[in-house]
Parts: sequence; C-alpha cells; structure tokens
Amino acid sequence: MSAVYVWIETFDGAALPTSWEALGAGALLAEKSGGQLTALVFGENAEAIAQEAAQYGATAAIVCDDATLKGFRLEPYAALLTKLVQENKPRAVLAVATTRGRELLAASAADTDSGMLSDVSSLEIQADGSVQASRPAYAGKVLSDVSVDAAGTQFMSLRGRAFRPNEAKSGAQAAVTKAAPALSEDQIATKIERFEAEVGTVNLTDAAIIVSAGRGIANNPKDAPGDAGDAAVWKAKDGFESVIQPLADVLGAAVGASRAAVDAGYIPYAHQVGQTGKTVSPDLYIACAISGAIQHQAGMRTSKVIVAINKDKDAPIFKMARYGLVGDLYQIVPALTAELKKRLGK
Amino acid sequence: MHVVVFTRSTPDTAAKVEVGANGKVTWGDAATVVNPWDEYALEEGIQQAKNAGGKATVIAMGAEMHNEALKHSLAMGLDAAIRIEDAALDTNDGLAYATAAAAAVQKLGDVSLVICGKESVDVGTDQHLYQMARKLGWTLLAYVSKILEVDYAAGTIKVERLLEQGKQIVTSKLPAVITVMKDINEPRYPSFIGIRKASKAEIPVWSLADLGVTLPAAHTRVVAFKNLPVRDTQVEMIEGTPEEQAATLADRLLQEKVL
Ligand SMILES: Cc1cc2nc3c(=O)[nH]c(=O)nc-3n(C[C@H](O)[C@H](O)[C@H](O)COP(=O)(O)OP(=O)(O)OC[C@H]3O[C@@H](n4cnc5c(N)ncnc54)[C@H](O)[C@@H]3O)c2cc1C
Ligand SMILES: Nc1ncnc2c1ncn2[C@@H]1O[C@H](COP(=O)(O)O)[C@@H](O)[C@H]1O
Repeated sequence: MSAVYVWIETFDGAALPTSWEALGAGALLAEKSGGQLTALVFGENAEAIAQEAAQYGATAAIVCDDATLKGFRLEPYAALLTKLVQENKPRAVLAVATTRGRELLAASAADTDSGMLSDVSSLEIQADGSVQASRPAYAGKVLSDVSVDAAGTQFMSLRGRAFRPNEAKSGAQAAVTKAAPALSEDQIATKIERFEAEVGTVNLTDAAIIVSAGRGIANNPKDAPGDAGDAAVWKAKDGFESVIQPLADVLGAAVGASRAAVDAGYIPYAHQVGQTGKTVSPDLYIACAISGAIQHQAGMRTSKVIVAINKDKDAPIFKMARYGLVGDLYQIVPALTAELKKRLGK
Repeated sequence: MHVVVFTRSTPDTAAKVEVGANGKVTWGDAATVVNPWDEYALEEGIQQAKNAGGKATVIAMGAEMHNEALKHSLAMGLDAAIRIEDAALDTNDGLAYATAAAAAVQKLGDVSLVICGKESVDVGTDQHLYQMARKLGWTLLAYVSKILEVDYAAGTIKVERLLEQGKQIVTSKLPAVITVMKDINEPRYPSFIGIRKASKAEIPVWSLADLGVTLPAAHTRVVAFKNLPVRDTQVEMIEGTPEEQAATLADRLLQEKVL
C-alpha cells in the first residue's frame, strides 16, 4: 500500500504551521488508500520537526538533515524528493502552494513524468483512484475542476488556508527513516549568498486577519514635516505606521495594500493584494480606503468576512463587504483600535 | 546572447469572466491583453538583450488569439516572435506545455536565459514554467525581484528572489529559466513606430513536428469550468459616530467569531 508524502516546509529550522494543513489534506488520501501518511522533512532540525508532524497525523517520516539542505534551494531539495519518489513510488505528494512548495513539487513531477495539479482548494478521491480537485482560474473569477489519474504518483500543491489541519495529539509518534541527500555541494550550482528576512511582520498568505489600506491612506490630516520630500508619501507611510499597524497589532494581523498604494511608493510590493499581488484568504479582511477594483477583488474575494471602511458610500468595495462603514479611516480606525484593545483585553 | 520570453494573451483584467451554457469560459467582447505578469518579463527581456548586445525572442503557445500578445511584445521592442500551435497541446497538461516549450528553446539553440512572468492570470498556473526548466535541465530561479549581476560570457547570474519571509540572494549558473515579479522594472509602453512595425510582422507558427518532439502521456485533464458559488453579499452598513461605528463593528466581529 503506497504512502502519501507530505512535504513539511521549514524556515530557519522550524516548520511552517501551514504544513499541518497539507497533512490534513494528506490524511484524506491516506485514509482511502490505507498507506502511511509520511512527512518529508529536509534540512535543519528535521528529526524534531518530524516528531511535531506526528502530532498532526503523520504516521511515518523521512528525514534528511544535511548541510546542503540548510536554507531552501530547489536543486538539492528536488533531487532528493525525486529520488524518494522513484525509489518508493508513493501514491501522492502534497505540499502547500507557497513559493517553495510550488516549484519543488512541479520540478519533481517533471523529473518523474508524473501528473500534477497546482494550487487546489478542494479534492476528492474517485472510485478509480483518480483525484478530482477544484482550483481557482481567471484570477478567481471562475473555478476549474481538474483531475489527475491513478497511473503514477499524483502531485498536488494546495492553496493555503483551504484545508484544515488535524487536531494536534500530543505524544503521537511517527516511524522515522533517515535518507541520504541526493546531491553533494559540488553538484549544486546555486549558492545562497544571504537571506534578508522581513522582521516582525505577519506573513500575508498565512494570516487569519488582514488589515489593508489603499490610495486614500495619503489623506492623513497630519502635516508632513518641511523636509519630508514628497508630502503624500510621508503622510501615507505615517498612516500605515501610526494608524494601520496599531490595528494590525491588536488583532495579530498582517498588513496588506492595494496596488495604487504600492505604485505610489507608500508601502513595499510584498504587501500588495490582488491580481498582480498576493492572493489571500483570511477569516477577516479589513479594507481601509480601498475602492474595490476588480483586480483587487481577485486577491481577496475568498476572505470569510470582509469589512470595508471608505468615505465614499458608493465605493464598489461595499458590494462585496459583509460590514460597511462610511467615513474617514483616520477617524474610524483609531476608534476601532481603541475599542478592540478594550474588548480583547490588550 | 539570446534571451527568450514566454507570454500569452489573457482577457482584460477588468473583463467579466464567466462560464457559459456550453461549459466554456467567456469574457464577452472584452479585449485580450498581454498576461499582466508577462509585461515585466518582456521588459526585462528587452533590457537584458540590449545590455549584452544580444537578441530577444518572444514565444507564445496556443491558438491564433495569442498573436495579439506577440504583436504587443514586438511593438514593445522584442526582436522576433514565434507561436507554437498543435492540437496535441489541447490536453491542457502542464507537463505537455513544459515539454513543448523546452523543445522550442532547444530548437533556437543559442539561448542563455529564458524569462517568464510569475504566472498566467487566466489559467492561474505557473507549474509548466518550472517544469520547462527541469525538462531543459537548466537552473531555475523563480520569483526574481532583481537581477543583481549577469555575466553571459562567464555563465553566471546573481539575483534577488522575493519569498514569503523575505529576500533570498543567490548566485547560480547559466543557462537559466527565471520567473520575474512586478518589482523588477517599469514595463514600457509600445511606441507608435513599434506598433506599426509589429502590425506588419509575419509570425511563424511551429508545430510539434517542427520541434521534433512527442509529448509525454497526459496524466491530468480539465474536467469542467464552473461559476463561483454566489456570495452572500448582504452588506450591513454600520452608522453613527466613529466611536459608535467601532463599538458596533466590534460586537459583530465578536459574534462572527473571527477575532
Ligand atoms: C493589469 C492590472 C493589474 C492590477 N493588479 C492589481 C492588484 O494586484 N491589486 C490591486 O489592488 N489593484 C490592482 N490593479 C489596480 C486596480 O485596477 C485599482 O487601480 C487599484 O486597486 C485601486 O487602488 P485603491 O482602491 O487603493 O485606489 P482608488 O481606487 O483610488 O481608491 C481609493 C479609495 O479610498 C477612499 N478614500 C480616500 N480617502 C479616504 C479616507 N481618508 N478614508 C476612507 N476612505 C478614503 C476613496 O473613497 C476611494 O474609494 C491592477 C490593474 C491592472 C490594470
Ligand atoms: N499557452 C499555454 N501555455 C501554458 N499553459 C497553458 C497554455 N494554455 C493553457 N494552459 C494551461 O496551463 C495549464 C497547465 O499549466 P501548469 O498548471 O502551469 O502546468 C493547463 O491547465 C492549461 O489549461
């Protein structure tokens, strides 16, 4: 009975919690096929992370803690995954569709001529062993049902926050096997020079709550100092810092932005939500001074609850919001931050 | 030095896209545009070719509608365009596209760098881009937000990649396939002369036979397209002073259990 492999993504020697979602999805497959739900953990701390994976349902684990696997590089990771797939012929390989998960699974599926479905948001096993999945297409404007046959290993990358992790069971154990790396350092062309981590920010794609702001963030009532250069940029940056971030801090939220805010230089591109930015799916999305253009909607329409704060009562964002507040964000957001601080006892 | 950029035509981003009664995706009479992510790839292709005194070729795979993206690319300033069309590609399998794309790059023979946009906004996929790199056996550097150094003679490249937790700076070897992010450049608009020249261009079409390649058996297929479930769009407008609005919203959010 063939195994279901789940790649546990790590960063700096710790598992990314979204990987437990992939184990949750993997459990659906393993239950049907009766194979071992196997966590693949590569790099620093692999063995400890494998034990953590056991708590989230992995019954087996394959680990490889080698210097070549410290920090993600496609070449050594894909070579190792490909070797494991060729040797053990698992039924499926799953990972969350993060930047790394996408390229890793696609590369190994190509190496082994296997079928792959990317960025799926639900899946179902058919009687013949094929898997039918649903994925968003056309910037989330339609859904596409896709299937992968049962002939070989089925590769699937999973949209973040689309699958539920299993409840953690403390004390659960997994049978751990050690694997040797597939490449030695001199066989790897890519060298990591450095990693410039974004400190102290919550990752947008994992976030349960997102507070976003748009072009209107520049309408800050504060006066820009005389030496500020571009006054609008100063006002907008100050707005993100002194109004949006405090609300995000109270909620443990990530900060997002519209493209208009990014293009104007108010906030770095990494924060952009939308068709040419990130696709997010939080429980709560608070859009401040964002009109709700269709390209912005493309990135956030699957949010569970949408709150819109906009001074224009006719802004399109109100058409997709659950709660609408007409008014100036510079008055409403500080009031909301104070109120939530009280309610949440912070 | 020869750089190749892949692109395709996608419905205008403002178009209303839906699934028609025949199960096909339609966007009414809305225009198609160059896949928005590819504008950055095309711009980078032009700049890389210019800096190295080389040539930039743009390739699209698919039916004639993709000529529009190719003409836009030529109008921007790419040197040559090729379209790949073959009924066998209609399987819509990622590996099939990757195999054909890799064969096209190999047929050109002298390519050092392939540049792609981050993904196609229509089919919403990027898998085939990474798979093309593997089929070529080349270095893959995805999510590139900056090319820091590139030396075509020495065959080395240094880039900054934008990942979830920050920026990874890596060096690697050419030839390479890279996918680029919005931050990398400011795409230019086609010039008037460029548009005139492009409108007259004859774009060669290559079949799989021309590429001398047979596709691997497709393991995946598109079963159907579906419209989105109707969203409960009942909006509750919360009124009052900012303090009252804040208090009511806090009540609602606590009831919704999203905090
Ligand atoms: C190919 C393509 C791709 C695109 N990709 C994206 C994308 O990924 N993401 C994205 O967001 N956009 C994208 N866009 C751009 C999109 O079309 C819109 O231009 C953009 O989303 C508008 O941003 P905005 O809502 O911040 O600005 P605006 O549309 O200018 O809206 C600003 C809003 O702020 C309100 N406002 C102003 N001041 C205040 C205040 N003090 N308090 C409260 N409200 C206030 C105004 O009433 C207005 O509704 C794309 C466009 C194209 C063509
Ligand atoms: N010209 C094209 N180039 C690349 N991919 C395409 C093209 N046309 C359609 N596709 C889609 O690409 C998907 C496979 O790509 P991928 O998921 O990236 O491997 C299929 O679902 C196809 O529908």
